[in-house]
Amino acid sequence: MRRTAVRLVPSELLSALRDLGDRTAYTRRVPHPPTSLGLLSSPVASGGVAESATEVQGFSSDADLLAALRRGEEAAYAHLVRLHGGRMLAVAKRLLKVESEAEDAVQDAFLSAFRSLDSFEGEAKLGTWLHRIVVNASLMRLRNRKRRPETPIDDLLPRFLEDGHYLDPPQPWHDDAEQLLQDAERRRWVRDRIDTLPDTYRTVLMLRDIENLSTQDAADLLGITPNAVKIRLHRARLALREILDREFRGGER
Amino acid sequence: MTCKELVDFMVDYLSDQLPKGQKEVFELHLSLCPPCLSFLETYRETIELGRCACTNPDGPVPEAVPERLVDAILAARKAHPESDSHNR
Repeated sequence: MRRTAVRLVPSELLSALRDLGDRTAYTRRVPHPPTSLGLLSSPVASGGVAESATEVQGFSSDADLLAALRRGEEAAYAHLVRLHGGRMLAVAKRLLKVESEAEDAVQDAFLSAFRSLDSFEGEAKLGTWLHRIVVNASLMRLRNRKRRPETPIDDLLPRFLEDGHYLDPPQPWHDDAEQLLQDAERRRWVRDRIDTLPDTYRTVLMLRDIENLSTQDAADLLGITPNAVKIRLHRARLALREILDREFRGGER
Repeated sequence: MTCKELVDFMVDYLSDQLPKGQKEVFELHLSLCPPCLSFLETYRETIELGRCACTNPDGPVPEAVPERLVDAILAARKAHPESDSHNR
């Protein structure tokens, strides 16, 4: 269970100093961190503490962690879950909206990740790989939900005259995005508005604009064509723009 | 290019996927048409607002994964050891 990675105090240095019996030299050359100074007064204890600090610090790189996972080390699995679980849970919550379902999706995702560790290629980052897996796990749960009939969003799309001009010409909003979102209540309001979009559109908007997946990745995960992703994304943005427009249009700008 | 067409091209324009000629026409229309400029601006702001609202720290984003979920995941893994790739 010992890592050679990230040590607060390199063990080689500690033992070398112990052999020399030169504590002053150590304190002079390495004036901090203070805890390591304390450790030196008791060489036996210091070894133990330095090791547990290493345990806490964990793994220095994805490659290090991955190797331990592939060896089946329990601590590596726990570390992976703690390191990435929070962010993955946030993603699942954004997509599923129901806390318990989001937790289930994260569990699905990790079990699926554990199964496919062999196929993980070192080129991608572990975090990126897990992100995709949890998006997929969330989408599977969304798909398995009882389909509620979706309200069409046609009423929220811009309308045009025969000659291609706007029926209702757009106007600037009264503030820029940053100012419009200054308070938490506003942000919650916007989130709630996004949630009113039918799942078909909301999902694409979340994958592309919030989770930053590429059109191709979103298409693969949703099992639709890239062109369908583009069309749905555009309609989702148009509908959301229309909803926000009713709140933010015009004013003192 | 009409205003309606400009709106249709907006996704491609913003992801820089319009062919050069079309992009020039798009931008020429934009420079002459305040409503389209407003539309593009608010369309962009919509994307930005959605992003900020969903990813802001005060949002439904946990700092850390709850320990009971960590335990549940590790227990589920042990319950199905065959699920580990290293055990196969």
